[in-house]
Amino acid sequence: MHREDFAMLQGSDLVYFDNGATTLKPKCVVSDMMDYYTKHTSNIHRGDYDFAILTNKLYDDTRDVVCKFINCNSSKEVVFTGGATMSINMVVFGYMRNHLKKGDEVLLTKSEHASNVLPWIKLSEEIGIVIKYMDLDSNYTLSVASVLKSISDKTKVISIAHVTNVVGDVRDIEAIGKICKDAGILFNVDGAQSVPHMKVDFIKSNIDFLSFSGHKMGGPTGVGVLVGKEKLLNEMEPLCYGGGMNQSFEGDSSYELKKAPLKFEAGTPPIAEVIGLRRAILYLMDIGMDKIHEHEISLKKYLVKELENIPNIVLYNKDSESGILAFNIEGVFAQDSSVYLNHYNICVRAGNHCAKMLKDYIGIKNTVRVSMYLYNTINDIDRLVEVLKNSQDIFKVVL
Amino acid sequence: MDSHLRREIILDNYQEPVNRGLVDDSSYLKTNTNSESCIDNLDFMMKVVDGKISDIRFDGEACVISTSASSILINSLLGKSVLEAKEILHNYQDMIYEKDYDKSLLGELEVYDEISKQPNRVNCALLPSVAINNMIKELENM
Ligand SMILES: Cc1ncc(COP(=O)(O)O)c(C=O)c1O
Repeated sequence: MHREDFAMLQGSDLVYFDNGATTLKPKCVVSDMMDYYTKHTSNIHRGDYDFAILTNKLYDDTRDVVCKFINCNSSKEVVFTGGATMSINMVVFGYMRNHLKKGDEVLLTKSEHASNVLPWIKLSEEIGIVIKYMDLDSNYTLSVASVLKSISDKTKVISIAHVTNVVGDVRDIEAIGKICKDAGILFNVDGAQSVPHMKVDFIKSNIDFLSFSGHKMGGPTGVGVLVGKEKLLNEMEPLCYGGGMNQSFEGDSSYELKKAPLKFEAGTPPIAEVIGLRRAILYLMDIGMDKIHEHEISLKKYLVKELENIPNIVLYNKDSESGILAFNIEGVFAQDSSVYLNHYNICVRAGNHCAKMLKDYIGIKNTVRVSMYLYNTINDIDRLVEVLKNSQDIFKVVL
Repeated sequence: MDSHLRREIILDNYQEPVNRGLVDDSSYLKTNTNSESCIDNLDFMMKVVDGKISDIRFDGEACVISTSASSILINSLLGKSVLEAKEILHNYQDMIYEKDYDKSLLGELEVYDEISKQPNRVNCALLPSVAINNMIKELENM
């Protein structure tokens, strides 16, 4: 769908299947950012001239756009960050560090991305919280039963990806959110791989904190979002201090911070990037998140059906309901496979995909990952399948 | 080098590398290369007796380039003095980085003389040489 909107797909035979890493940018996003750089370059908050007022308006409007997009209570719950990684770190070190104590349990899974594991490990070193990993099922997914089984009276936080970036399984965050609400557990959701691809509802899923990145949803790099319940954001401490986030400061060292979300946005923010993110979200909403999700699922079904016919292809997550498929060519190191595909201008990613603990389950460290987006087509898949069918020649091609 | 021969040498060393598999022996030097720029992850161990390399072994998960390079490099270093080994490693790295080098020292390692054309493979080819250099440095600091 909508291939004409993407400059990188024009006049090229590129097959871009690395959307889990980052996505291509629609022209409208680049154009809005270009306008900022060529027509209304200015800082936010302090300008009284016309084009500064325009910049300010677009920046502030982005909060409303995000609020509508993921359905939170108000734009006061929307904080701009540098990306999902930074958002999660802000939650862990700005909120959890001050609200958890030694012995409190945090539930994660072994298929989480590094950015939803390492901050917790660091915090456990600092204050002695206990990390527990909820069991995954045979197809590496997380069931509601496993969540229920893992909760104890010490459980204070459940922190999981909505969609994981290797298995691509969609967690039932509505059910898990309800469990958290009933048990008084904080629910921290890593939306990096879900928000770009499907409808996510902050209120309905009773999410306390939701993190995602602009660059994985057609937006620019360098900007992400943390959505947090207003009460929690008010209790959360900034990790960064400076201009734009304070109300006042005096010679006697007294100071007063602004309210959330502004107290988390010290210094000049990534203005062009926020403006680009705004356009990316408007673009996605215009197409419709349900339509995007359905499109990806139907592509994946087709891809799985085709690859199952090739005997030397091993699939690891054929059933998960997203556009992510991890596989290997039997006996071939994942990176050699991705170098091979690159010879045919097919872009995939090889590696552990920052989910290094998943090897405890799958038993292998590295896979080739195809991750799809709205602009991928049946034709892209046919190209991939054709090349994989001929992969007995792989070393003739890569060497 | 003829591309057919090149491929054959690399593939032979990939499919049946020499000295793959570690031994449990504390008289060996050890190192791991968990490369930052790629996903290869190889362990190396080396034994030096009277200034001569008597054994180098390796194991792990890695691509066709770094696996074969480990095998060929080990072959060319076994039995050499540490000084000779350093000279070979130095020339090998110069070749990979497209600098002047002494062909006569490299033998089969020359199969990688064009690897710089594939920038994402340069580190794969260098990986075993970095690992072995690390162990030599450790030895010299002992
Ligand atoms: C599940 C998941 N969480 C978090 C991140 C981190 O996102 P970023 O690198 O944009 O901060 C990623 C990125 O790969 C991801 O896939």
